[in-house]
Amino acid sequence: MFRFLRVNMATKTCVLEEIPQEYAGLGGRALTSTIVAREVPPTCTPIGPHNKLVFAPGLLGATNSPNANRLSVGCKSPLTEGIKESNAGGQPGGHLARLGILAVIIENMAEEGQWWQLEVSKDHARLVPSDVAGLNNFDAVANLVEKYGKDCSYITIGRAGEFKLTAASIACTDRELRPMRHAGRGGVGAVMGSKGLKAIIVNPEGGKNQPLNDEKAFREASKRFAKALAEHPITSKGLADYGTAVLINILHEAGGLPTANFTVGQFDQHESVSGELLNQITKERGGTVAHGCMSGCMIRCSGILPDKKGKFQSKWPEYETLWAFGPHSGIGDLDAISQYDYLCDDIGVDTIDVGVAMGVAMAGGGIPYGDAKAVLDAMHGISEGTPLGRIIGCGTATTGRVFGVRRVPAVKGQSLPAYDPRAVKGQGVTYATSPMGADHTAGYAVTANILSSGGTVDPLKKEGQIELSRNLQVATASVDSVGLCLFTAFAILDVPDALPAVVDMLNAKFGWQLTGDDVVTLGQRILSTEIDFNRRAGITLAADVLPDFFTDEKLPPHNTTFDITHDELKTVFNWVEEKN
Amino acid sequence: MHLTVKLSTTLRDHVPGYIPEKGLQVTIPEGCTVGGLARHLNLPQQDIKIVMVNGRQHKADDLLRDGDRIAFFPAVGGG
Repeated sequence: MFRFLRVNMATKTCVLEEIPQEYAGLGGRALTSTIVAREVPPTCTPIGPHNKLVFAPGLLGATNSPNANRLSVGCKSPLTEGIKESNAGGQPGGHLARLGILAVIIENMAEEGQWWQLEVSKDHARLVPSDVAGLNNFDAVANLVEKYGKDCSYITIGRAGEFKLTAASIACTDRELRPMRHAGRGGVGAVMGSKGLKAIIVNPEGGKNQPLNDEKAFREASKRFAKALAEHPITSKGLADYGTAVLINILHEAGGLPTANFTVGQFDQHESVSGELLNQITKERGGTVAHGCMSGCMIRCSGILPDKKGKFQSKWPEYETLWAFGPHSGIGDLDAISQYDYLCDDIGVDTIDVGVAMGVAMAGGGIPYGDAKAVLDAMHGISEGTPLGRIIGCGTATTGRVFGVRRVPAVKGQSLPAYDPRAVKGQGVTYATSPMGADHTAGYAVTANILSSGGTVDPLKKEGQIELSRNLQVATASVDSVGLCLFTAFAILDVPDALPAVVDMLNAKFGWQLTGDDVVTLGQRILSTEIDFNRRAGITLAADVLPDFFTDEKLPPHNTTFDITHDELKTVFNWVEEKN
Repeated sequence: MHLTVKLSTTLRDHVPGYIPEKGLQVTIPEGCTVGGLARHLNLPQQDIKIVMVNGRQHKADDLLRDGDRIAFFPAVGGG
């Protein structure tokens, strides 16, 4: 029996309802975006009562598919003012799916100053007053574990979410009950905070794997998908050994590593923040290489880095985190960045929007350039709610305005991640056009531009970039709906049997007869839904552009500009009929 | 001609004493190709996925020039 759990924060009612017909066959991002598009008034205030916060596991959640337990979080974004889907690893996605809950829909708001926590288990769901308000994520989860036990998983916000800062994230616990897997982008944590919801406790006891229409066919397809992941050098070994940080050196060589707030594409201290060094010091200090963040993960990219004394310091910082606090902010100290990463997880903020905000504040004179201690103080300021902390905690666009910076790397209010669009032009197309605002994961053109995965497209030329971004944005919308980790895309792009195996798993689970073409149709439909919401929210095609410094200023060392015109960018979603 | 060579991840294991910050300073006769340089350094061909020369991707039979900076990568990815 699959159900929606509708939670009204004003009346404190929790209702399990049958899935309405119009939502049948949807999961993950397809489901969150469709619910938000249908149920949220596009012009509403994101941190007001009319917005809704939706949690949805993917279509293959709680099955034996590898890497399929991610959790999508959707709402109207307080950062972009448009539709948002941000997804996370960790345990809650799989646990909700095991309980047969395909979406949790949080509606309305509790009274100002009240904090509640939602208990979800096999037989009941209820809101109870939260006793962990005011705590950041690690302390909040430690207290909740004491009360609810180690078999539950936890979804929480830190103080940034309580303050409703527009870069606030939502944390999901990993297999070791650490709140380190975040729905980071778009300020989803501020929406959770606005509703007065501090935590969700998911008790999977009595839940089970989702039923399969054809068990034997599913098992066979799942094995083929696992084989593809095990065959591909990136998903089998590369990510496990070096994490996403392996990208630092290759983006430096390619001249696409944005440095000193997007003024140059190379960082002279790149080796000191590299994946190779991360691997080396993790081993020297007795940390964990090859750690999976969620059940069923074969890729295991999320190592654990101890400090110099061997004590837990943080998970492996992602490439984007290393870059934002590193090259972008002039800091070449891996341990310092690891500490910021921990604080971002603890306070509950997006490492990208906050890390980029630090570099932008430096460009505007708000923090001394490259000053690691000043960044640490600013991080603590977010938790303490100081004026500077609240500014930085609202992300890059806000910080740029406050400090009078011309060079603000953001699209639709959301900061650019770690690939300069003048040297990785396909990525620039995705930044400019994604309905999510600048987002590398929305259509990861770095694959063909830099990594020679899924073909090769010259990163410095404009030819082929529109089509590359279009195809990747469509495919990604589908991957995000299946609940798959995006890193499975390396195998899907390069191993011929990987995508057919995913399609066969969906068919075997649901009794469908999908083909590869249907996956494209699904992706297009999701994007159309998201674009339509944005149009109704007042975000027009005019917003599909990069800031003009990318077209005005050449980026060393290749001295290229972003020369893909606005008229060319308008052709990305060529199946969408514009009504205005 | 004089070249600077940078190695990534597992390729470093094939050159004992590789210092990441410095890379390798290699002197080699004119007319050497990318593939020839890889053989000169005893790098396993099957492990090399990407080669960048002065920040642009190159193929095994491309000729090198004096002063080039060459970076060899196995299959890497993240995001």
